[in-house]
Amino acid sequence: MPSGLKRGLQGVSVAVVAGLLALLVWKVVHQDKGVAGELAKGKRPAAPRFDLTRLDRTGKLSLASLRGKVVVLNFWASWCAPCKSEAPRLEAAWQDYRRDGVVVVGVDAQDFSGDARKFMRAHKLTYPNVHDGPGKVLPKYGVTGFPETYFVGRDGKLVGDRIQGEISKQQLTAGIKRALAS
Amino acid sequence: MRTLVVVVLALGLAVPALASDRHPTLGELEGEVMCPTCKTTLDQSSAPIADRIRRFITARIAAGDTKGEIKAKLVAQFGPAVLAEPSKHGFNLLAWVLPLVGIVLAAAALGLLAWRWTRSRDPVAAVEGAPLDPELDRRVDEELAGFDG
Repeated sequence: MPSGLKRGLQGVSVAVVAGLLALLVWKVVHQDKGVAGELAKGKRPAAPRFDLTRLDRTGKLSLASLRGKVVVLNFWASWCAPCKSEAPRLEAAWQDYRRDGVVVVGVDAQDFSGDARKFMRAHKLTYPNVHDGPGKVLPKYGVTGFPETYFVGRDGKLVGDRIQGEISKQQLTAGIKRALAS
Repeated sequence: MRTLVVVVLALGLAVPALASDRHPTLGELEGEVMCPTCKTTLDQSSAPIADRIRRFITARIAAGDTKGEIKAKLVAQFGPAVLAEPSKHGFNLLAWVLPLVGIVLAAAALGLLAWRWTRSRDPVAAVEGAPLDPELDRRVDEELAGFDG
């Protein structure tokens, strides 16, 4: 094989490997690890934004539109058993604290929207719920399973602890009071 | 005649594909649809949402939906990542084209190497070999003469 051709093929091979390596580095650097890690370290990261289709009415709901209010952000799915148990608690908190500027927002993810609406009717949920079928918001927060609950302060930053699994009434009340005081 | 053979072959390939699209089975769709929570195909998952999607597919098959219609409904709910195979348009087309380009490039490189290799060999030397040592040549002649006599 002539040396020119050999060098050309070697150059192409090196370029392909370098390209794949660059792609890998880019993926690792831009990988969404979520804000849960920062929250666990006691920091107050900004709550990742979303703009999702509402399940309780037509249109969309963006988290940014709730700036100035405390938001209880609950990730759930209709097929998740603990989500059924905690739903009445979330509805009760919404009824108890909405006059204080607290909004409970449910994010139904990796679920059929029809199943989610049935779930909402079955549990008589009146707080806003949105649908994230592909679950695109989950990695931004670092959600690892359902249910999972976050508290957002009036300034749009997360506050307190994230609650993994079914939330108790005490955890819900403590989280809301802490967010109101932040 | 040749045209007829081509048409028959084309129909032979197209008819099963069309039948599969019009009358899909749960089994084949289980291998083509992903479980959103476990990131495996449905046939490898027993997660609650995988069971729910299986029930949805069964209901849609019973309702007479084609495979394409069922997949479109699942994509509307869960996004394009619910399909095990990337779509054949937009950026995802690269996933289909790049392997083919790789195969063509590899075949071209192999062909080029083979061509260079065959050209580099001296055809005369390969057939006739190196000239025989005169002494050895004389001895071979003597031996052959012995057989003739």
